Amino acid sequence: MTQTFNLGRAIRLTLLSLGALIFLAPYIFMISTAGKAQSEIFTSSLSLIPTQFFYLENFAKAFGRVSMGQLLWNGVVVCGLIFVFQVVIAIPCAYAMAKLKFGAARLLMALVMLGLLVPIHATSLPLYVAFDSAALLNSYTALVAPFSISVFAIFLFLQFFRAMPDDLIHAARLDGMSELGIVMRVIVPNAWPAITAFAIFSVVAHWNDLYWPLIVVSNQAYATPPLGLLFFRAAEAGDDYGALMAATLIITLPLVAAFLLAQKRFVEGITMTGLKG
Amino acid sequence: MADMTAISIPAEVPRQKAPKPIVPRPIVNVSERHEARVAWMLAAPAMILIVLFIVAPVIAVITLGFTDFELGYSTFKFVGFENYAELFGDRTFRQSLWNTAIYTAIVAPASILLGLGVALLIESETVGRSFFRTAYFLPVASLLVAMATVWQYLLHPTIGPVNSMLAMVGLPGPNWLGSAGTVLYSLSMIGVWQTVGFNMILFLAGLTAIPRDLYSAAEIDGAKSPIDRFFLVTLPMLGPTTVFVTTISIINAVKVFETVKTLTEGGPNKASEVLLFTIYQEGFVYLRVGYASAMTVVFLAVLVVMMFAQYRLVDRKVHY
Amino acid sequence: MSALSITNVTKSFGDNHILKGISLEAEAGEFIALVGPSGCGKSTLLRIVAGLEGADSGEIVAGGRDLTRLVAAERNVAMVFQSYALYPHLTAGQNIAVPLAMRNLTSLQRLPMIGSMLPGQKAIRKDILRQVTDMARSLKIDHLLDRKPGQMSGGQRQRVALARAMVRQPGLFLMDEPLSNLDANLRVHARGEIVDLHRRAGVPTLYVTHDQAEALSMADRVAVMMSGSLLQLAAPEVIYDDPAHIEVAKFVGQPRINTIASRVDADGAVTLGTWRLQPHERLVPGTDITVAIRSEFLSIADMGTPGLPAHIERLEFLGSEVIVYTKLDAIGESMVVKLAPSDARGLVAGKPVTIVPQGERLMVFGADGARLRADLTFTTLLERAHG
Repeated sequence: MTQTFNLGRAIRLTLLSLGALIFLAPYIFMISTAGKAQSEIFTSSLSLIPTQFFYLENFAKAFGRVSMGQLLWNGVVVCGLIFVFQVVIAIPCAYAMAKLKFGAARLLMALVMLGLLVPIHATSLPLYVAFDSAALLNSYTALVAPFSISVFAIFLFLQFFRAMPDDLIHAARLDGMSELGIVMRVIVPNAWPAITAFAIFSVVAHWNDLYWPLIVVSNQAYATPPLGLLFFRAAEAGDDYGALMAATLIITLPLVAAFLLAQKRFVEGITMTGLKG
Repeated sequence: MADMTAISIPAEVPRQKAPKPIVPRPIVNVSERHEARVAWMLAAPAMILIVLFIVAPVIAVITLGFTDFELGYSTFKFVGFENYAELFGDRTFRQSLWNTAIYTAIVAPASILLGLGVALLIESETVGRSFFRTAYFLPVASLLVAMATVWQYLLHPTIGPVNSMLAMVGLPGPNWLGSAGTVLYSLSMIGVWQTVGFNMILFLAGLTAIPRDLYSAAEIDGAKSPIDRFFLVTLPMLGPTTVFVTTISIINAVKVFETVKTLTEGGPNKASEVLLFTIYQEGFVYLRVGYASAMTVVFLAVLVVMMFAQYRLVDRKVHY
Repeated sequence: MSALSITNVTKSFGDNHILKGISLEAEAGEFIALVGPSGCGKSTLLRIVAGLEGADSGEIVAGGRDLTRLVAAERNVAMVFQSYALYPHLTAGQNIAVPLAMRNLTSLQRLPMIGSMLPGQKAIRKDILRQVTDMARSLKIDHLLDRKPGQMSGGQRQRVALARAMVRQPGLFLMDEPLSNLDANLRVHARGEIVDLHRRAGVPTLYVTHDQAEALSMADRVAVMMSGSLLQLAAPEVIYDDPAHIEVAKFVGQPRINTIASRVDADGAVTLGTWRLQPHERLVPGTDITVAIRSEFLSIADMGTPGLPAHIERLEFLGSEVIVYTKLDAIGESMVVKLAPSDARGLVAGKPVTIVPQGERLMVFGADGARLRADLTFTTLLERAHG
């Protein structure tokens, strides 16, 4: 029934709006405080609009202490490399498991299941020791290599490929394509929904990851955004919240902007990776 | 963003074998052998990397847990269960386990219930659906370290807006992140704020997947009020989603690290020591790799237990 | 007083008029099929009667009770859905028990655990269990009561859905394409079963389907709907033999009725190609009309016999009958003829023949699609025009 109680609806909307306000409050204060002078912040007034606009000064400080451009670039490079490796390695493997018969399929499935259980936190100690002895700390290699294999990607693509009709592959074989050709020209073009979903999942996860970069990177030149922000906070002794908020704003913005622009894809991606996972 | 890699339990479905056509044997063998060889080639890079970055390190961490290995020393020896014995008596570790449990006990239920509540409200509302969805989901897409910094400002004891607001209505504001009594709850609050949107999205997907006909049938069967229909249709139909969301919420809560590292470094006075932070400190700051490995094994054991719990629950309870 | 009366029900979504004033009466124990192409509004009408959707205007009275302003739960109607809408988390037995539990137990008594400890509910539960078992036995599904819908076949699910609908003796029975998810064999079998059940229950039934054969074979009366209007409500024979509207004539019957567009001549006669037909009653000269005849009322004769010259295009052998596709020589219109196999002997594609209609079976429809009763007075094919 489409009839709505007006009272019920009013309560519902009030609840939703109040909740939304609470959830958005940090963003509102972040934007507001990034434009306030140190002195104004210390009056602890609740006014959201700065009395004098200090945005330029705060942003200048943020860009001055830590190379923000370098941080964002590192983030893009690391996330981009990780995603490319993950997809290039996972798709052929998932295809073989889904559509080809071979003896190791069961063993591989067991490995994937095991892998899904093990987060980076559990493997970081030996990996750190290994990267340390190979003198690879403070490098893109150290940041990217452990994530080049994503068992989750294999798992997600495996489920997606299983749902693809076998006839499609048989037809491609009769047309004379090699198995690699089938992967590139039949499977990948039909797997875009899964690939985009995984891209969102992967980029969000690795853009935000602090644990592993914190372990292998001590040199600012290789810092990813979260790690860079940590460095910035350390350099910014005291409570210069204006500059700090300006820095957080810069670092948060790319992913938030991407999310706002491609909301539908984000939600679909999260739903797909979430529910498959 | 929640890391979901640790969750899945697909029932492994063996590929159905097609009945073999009656063809002279050698031909079958050639084509089958060819198929197997291609499959191997396609799967080899993934297999090697799984062994290199997952299997070997897990074996290594279990082995290291039985040694006194410290980074910087070239030699180490096996010490049996000594590390585990030490863990047992380690006040910091026990505190850390306890704090993680408390944090999980707050964040998981709160973010599940709020996520479900928000999803139900949004689903039944026609106005502003996408706005509300965006608003609640935004924290999931935001850099947690950055947003934690914002929360630090919001919760600042003297200049923070939260305490300013409390002061306006005449309430004394606590030192949210600075006192041992409140720090864990403040972190939990941030944790809830960060994960509600994720759970909401999954619940929304679960809700849209419920066939409309079931609600119609329920109305005709005599479920007059929306509450009757909620218990007859919505809640049972959300069963699989709920089990999944619960596992993922618990596992993510157990893995809390970013906020602790950014805001409190486990302090004050170890009041916010959590499992991953303690492992990080022991392993990468004090470089006691052997000892930290033993902790890691405990951490892994917790995850494995969670997974099996979910496995059993899905198998038994929510199978249609 | 009729058992169900629907009066002037309208419904629109914005500019889209789904129902344009539908009125319909059903007698006690009557089985009425609502049939029409998808989008004609038949399902919407059913959902409005059920109380699942509100009408913009109009009235629904059943058993002397005005239902218009009651919610679905209070209308005492039962419904079988196309998807069956069984609760997947409940067993067949629990599914069938839901309508009884919802009505006879309070919400407190329905609570799991706590509910079963409250006083007074034990007897009710026992009674519910007895009714469920009786119902299941009469539908021969008592061995399925502990299974969940996911573990049942389509046919079994359909029976459980029927049982759930019938178990509480509703005042009105609604079915929304309940057979369309079954395979062809099962469907024919299930038709008979539903008619049987209906006869035993004696409850007025509205049955929505898009399958005209299903409607004709099952219903006491058939209501044909097209784009929001009720075109005709009559017994199946009447619908078939004496359609009130060209759309009804086209929708009902397989193969589709043959139609030829034409115009009334100045003298009130009708020209079909080289042929002129003279109705007894005068038609208004100059109006557009459609002449229609069913394929079984055409026969095929040798070339030269008085009739419509045509060529055979294709033959379809269906066992008990043969469908002959032809094209009229004069106007290029297709004509489909249904013959007994013995009458089709010697016919081959490409052969020139003459088609002979039974004059009294020709029907004439006006430009608005309504039947022009003038056709009853057609006598025979008249003079042969020159050329």
